[in-house]
Amino acid sequence: MANMELQWYHVLIPFLPLTGFIINILLGKEVTRYKAHWFAVSSVFGSWLCSLATLQDVLGGKIIDADLYTWILSGTFKVGVGFLIDPLTAVMLIVVTTCATLIHIYAIGYMHGDTGYYRFFSYLNLFTFCMLMLVMGNNFLQLYFGWEGVGLCSYFLIGYYFNKKSAADAGKKAFIVNRFGDFGFGIGVFMVFLTFGTLHYADVFANVSSIAGKTVNFLGLNVDLPTLIALLLFCGAVGKSAQIPLHVWLPDAMEGPTPVSALIHAATMVTAGVFLVARCNPIFNLSEIAMNTVAIIGALTMFFAATIAITQNDIKRIIAFSTCSHLGYMFLACGVGAYAAGIFHLYTHAFFKALLFLAAGSVIHAVHTNNIQFMGGLKKYMPITYAVFVIAGLSAGGFPGLSGFFSKDEIIWSAYASHSSVGKFVWILALAGAFFTPFYTFRLIFRTFFGEYRGGLEAEEAATHAHSSSHGSGHSSHGAGHDSHGSGHDPHGHDSSHGSGHDSHGGHGHGPHESPYIMTVPLMFLAVGAIAAGWVGIPPLLGGGNHFAHFLQPVVGHPEFHGTHAEEWGVMILSTTIALIGLGLAAFMYLRKTDLPERISKQFSLLYKILYNKYYVDEFYNLTIVQPTLKLANKVLVGFTDAKIIEGIVNGVPNLIGIFSQKLRRLQTGIAHHYAIFMAAGAVFIVALVILLS
Amino acid sequence: MAVPLSWYMLLSLAVFSIGVFGFLSRRNIIIMLMSIELMLNGVNINLIALSHYIQDLRGQILAFFVIAVAAAEAAIGLAIVIAMFRNRATAHVDEIKEMQG
Amino acid sequence: MEQVIMNNLNYPILSTVIFLPVLGALLILINRRSWETLTKWIALGTSILTFIASIPLFTHFDKTTHKMQFVERFSWIPNWNIYYFLGVDGISVLFVLLSTLCAILCVLISWTAVTNKIKEFYIAILLTTSFMIGVFCSLDFFLFYLFWEAMLIPMFLIIGVWGGPNRIYAAIKFFLYTLVGSVLMLVGIIVLYLYSGKTFDILTMMTKNYPYTMQIWLFWAFFAAFAVKVPMWPVHTWLPDAHTEAPTAGSVILAAVLIKMGAYGFLRFSLPLLPEASKAMTPVMLTLSVIAIIYGAIICLGQTDLKRLIAYSSVSHMGFVTLGIFALNTQGVEGGILQMLNHGVVTGALFLSVGIVYERTHTRLIADYGGLATEMPIYSSFFMVFTLAAIGLPATNGFIGEFLILLGGFAANKWAGVLACTGIIIGAGYMLWLYQRVFFMEVNPKLHGLVDMNVRETIALLPMLILVFWIGVYPNSFLSFMHTSVQHLLERVNSGGIAQEAQIAKNIMEVIR
Repeated sequence: MANMELQWYHVLIPFLPLTGFIINILLGKEVTRYKAHWFAVSSVFGSWLCSLATLQDVLGGKIIDADLYTWILSGTFKVGVGFLIDPLTAVMLIVVTTCATLIHIYAIGYMHGDTGYYRFFSYLNLFTFCMLMLVMGNNFLQLYFGWEGVGLCSYFLIGYYFNKKSAADAGKKAFIVNRFGDFGFGIGVFMVFLTFGTLHYADVFANVSSIAGKTVNFLGLNVDLPTLIALLLFCGAVGKSAQIPLHVWLPDAMEGPTPVSALIHAATMVTAGVFLVARCNPIFNLSEIAMNTVAIIGALTMFFAATIAITQNDIKRIIAFSTCSHLGYMFLACGVGAYAAGIFHLYTHAFFKALLFLAAGSVIHAVHTNNIQFMGGLKKYMPITYAVFVIAGLSAGGFPGLSGFFSKDEIIWSAYASHSSVGKFVWILALAGAFFTPFYTFRLIFRTFFGEYRGGLEAEEAATHAHSSSHGSGHSSHGAGHDSHGSGHDPHGHDSSHGSGHDSHGGHGHGPHESPYIMTVPLMFLAVGAIAAGWVGIPPLLGGGNHFAHFLQPVVGHPEFHGTHAEEWGVMILSTTIALIGLGLAAFMYLRKTDLPERISKQFSLLYKILYNKYYVDEFYNLTIVQPTLKLANKVLVGFTDAKIIEGIVNGVPNLIGIFSQKLRRLQTGIAHHYAIFMAAGAVFIVALVILLS
Repeated sequence: MAVPLSWYMLLSLAVFSIGVFGFLSRRNIIIMLMSIELMLNGVNINLIALSHYIQDLRGQILAFFVIAVAAAEAAIGLAIVIAMFRNRATAHVDEIKEMQG
Repeated sequence: MEQVIMNNLNYPILSTVIFLPVLGALLILINRRSWETLTKWIALGTSILTFIASIPLFTHFDKTTHKMQFVERFSWIPNWNIYYFLGVDGISVLFVLLSTLCAILCVLISWTAVTNKIKEFYIAILLTTSFMIGVFCSLDFFLFYLFWEAMLIPMFLIIGVWGGPNRIYAAIKFFLYTLVGSVLMLVGIIVLYLYSGKTFDILTMMTKNYPYTMQIWLFWAFFAAFAVKVPMWPVHTWLPDAHTEAPTAGSVILAAVLIKMGAYGFLRFSLPLLPEASKAMTPVMLTLSVIAIIYGAIICLGQTDLKRLIAYSSVSHMGFVTLGIFALNTQGVEGGILQMLNHGVVTGALFLSVGIVYERTHTRLIADYGGLATEMPIYSSFFMVFTLAAIGLPATNGFIGEFLILLGGFAANKWAGVLACTGIIIGAGYMLWLYQRVFFMEVNPKLHGLVDMNVRETIALLPMLILVFWIGVYPNSFLSFMHTSVQHLLERVNSGGIAQEAQIAKNIMEVIR
């Protein structure tokens, strides 16, 4: 691969959205206002064009690694703001800019008439900038910069309707949970610097073999150095990509407007963790423990998130758990060494999941509620949305021939065929996931688009009121009531901020309707992606060349598999069959025997309750981390240590002196003679002392 | 024949001791102020005698300082006494003990 | 003297900067009491002039040398070998600039907030500024001590006269706390004076070596003064009271400059004069720093008062500073110095911001707020930026400082680095929670109709905003001031053995093993 100088269009990729952000945030309130999307969309579209040019360079075998300027210089520590553009970056660039452009366009329609219109677009632009800096950085610190930057934008956008407590809470939660991951990530970066003396990718990865098998004393424990570094870095990935045990923020993040969920919480930001692992693959490759951890965490998240998804009723939360689950797939792939497969799934997932979210947004736009219990029958009202939703669902479920099929199949095959010691274990979980994904996706589709229309927002409001009047019917119903209440708020906030803008395209009472073209056209483009994006990675078995893996090979290498063609066919057919069973079961339960789900949930009410409440992880954290910390702050530190001990000493010393001086003041009788006698006695004493001592 | 140094010093000691005794034993403020003057002058005698004895003028200069200070002190002291006498119609120190701690 | 470069400007710039505010104070003094507007304009004009006068320090500073620059040296009290000796190096120069900038903002923010005893107030502000600059410029220990103590007086008055309801208690506590520490330092100074051949010249003192036991004693004597000022745990309790009760300008001065003097003292005196003791005491100092970071951060979660919360966050942030300084490596010390600057900018700005809203609502209780983002969008954007800088988000100044400190701290002691990192998590927690309670959610009915920031207030916050991003995006324009000075300082500290670079190399080797 030939090196290449940094070109202007490389630099423009991240900085165009930044310009859009600056223009809108400074001028948005007074000048651009409802034309904010002009700058926002054109800047992102510009970086998409530049990304295409960059892809052209990379396809021509060029690699760019250059600094713009030195960011921080302190002693031996030197780190720049610079770009590394290689195949991995090129893939990410295409994913990010394509999705960002389409979602920006979609948001023009979705956010139409919102009072914070300019604010929304400036945040989206800022996010795009940070995400591009993240994937283009040539060192760990710039990665960290983008990492925190996207987290911040996520915070802003989740809490976009900040007057709502749940939205503000969700934003804060996302940020703080991510900080837990970044804690490990940060220490990992320190370890990288201490070990290699640099944070520059190229220099680190060039010397990476020198640390193989080395041990280091870390906090009193002797641990394997590559394992330590890899696991610390992985902490960051776990936080950002919402893997167990830090997955709790992602469902709550659905408080944000839907385009945000699509861009940040499906297509790009949450995949940054996968990108990190793939980028650092030379380090991960050195440690079997780290690799297995990645694979197992990924597999477990994939499995548990999928099981939660089948019980949820909030359309966006279902897709959020699906995202969690698919991210698990990607980690699983990385963990068994099939980085290319993981990135491939990242790439296809971006399309079908963004499509799912945007289509869901289109639905919410029409019915003003997130709760699928009050949807239904939308097929005839919104045919385009229905069509793309089904395409996205099929792609996500791994229906043969669509994007999702190729990437998911490759992961399952990699898990089966890899040398990884946990390969078979994660393979079984992956197969289970292959069952759940189509099941919950089509449960969603059938509940939303089939059957009779169940009334949308008005029905939900009526139900909520009825529910609150019959309050106190046990814990689970309370939880359910709370949930639907929370989700019911989104369209409220949306509605009130829309003002009269909504009525123009049919407010309440007119029944649901198809969204405007400005929203459906991006959906169609994404649908094309959901169908065809995967065709670049068709495996040789099916007559393709797996160009995608070959393209990435210089960066992530190629795993050694053991397995025959027959086995590969077998695995593929098995997983496809399982997926079809999942689809069929969903159809059976939600189209045919529509009373069956109710009966099952009654039958297994404990299991249902656990799943519905997401395994009570939030409650567990609240009980073990949040409450004790607050209690420590209030009861111990404020009330005791500071107020009693330290202030006790601080105020105690003067008080003691005060008591002593109360005694001492008796000496001051005020009678001049007493003073005179003291003086005389003192003089005699001093003279005596002088005489005696001399 | 000059008077020996020791005579001067005995005189100075005597004057100073009378001053101390007066200051400690009397209750009238005026007398007490006079006793202070006596002590200061006792010191002055000592200073001048020694100054002459070692042929160094600094002692006499210091004596001038003491006289000046004594004058200032007497002026202020008497002023305070007069102000107090106007208010309290007494010059007896034991009756003036507002300044206790 | 080979350790200094005489002033290469043709006028005594440091004296100008120090005494311009005094001149302004005199002008205000002779001004008629009823001409209040004129008083304010004199104060503003003087502070702006002072700032302009200090700019050559930034532009004409020679970054290639560790020697003292812009030096002025005149014999003052020859009998005791006391000199009027001023000069700055890469460690102190930025604080002079911060002080002069801070003075302008303090005047601006007090424009309508202070309504009684206006003359005295601005005199006090100007005098404080002057003395603070003096502290950072003095190279004679006697002169240093003079400025150090003198500064207490106007500050005491600012808290005690123009402060909140509990101001007397806070002022006296502040005064006594700092005085006790300072007196011990005075003892230390006298010992040094006697031991180093009767000189108060800090540079000469630095060339001497002192016996180990004496160094330890001196270290703790200095520690008493500096730790109280920083303030380090557990001598921090004056800070919340002082900050809470002080008027806005007082809080800003306290946060932005005054508490930097403690950390500056460690850098200027403890480390170079007492290198062996500093090295020996590193574990203690690191421990105290880490405790301060975590303790300060957790205690913030329990605060109900805006200013008190920010005050406690200062404890936590200054914990980072001392952690960096006593990491005794380039990254740590440079990060520490930069973080002092950052903390001055960010916490100063936060106090300015709180002052702005306090002037409108007259309440500091967090519970009385809510939904401010709807009522005051510009204000809330500014506050957001400072919040983000306080929690160390990349591209803001807080990140650069904290990152370098943690890197240095981690290299020096892994436990310290790891534990300090937890402070960052909690930091995000309390700051974002604060922001949420004040700015997000439903608008508190009491806050309806608040007007957004006016031009004067925006101008007061704008320099801080610019600095936040300037340092965050291109920190080298500030870090470059420090390189040689810090290098020299560390060589001095590590003079017995290995140089700093070798230290890192050793760490790397140790890691790889």
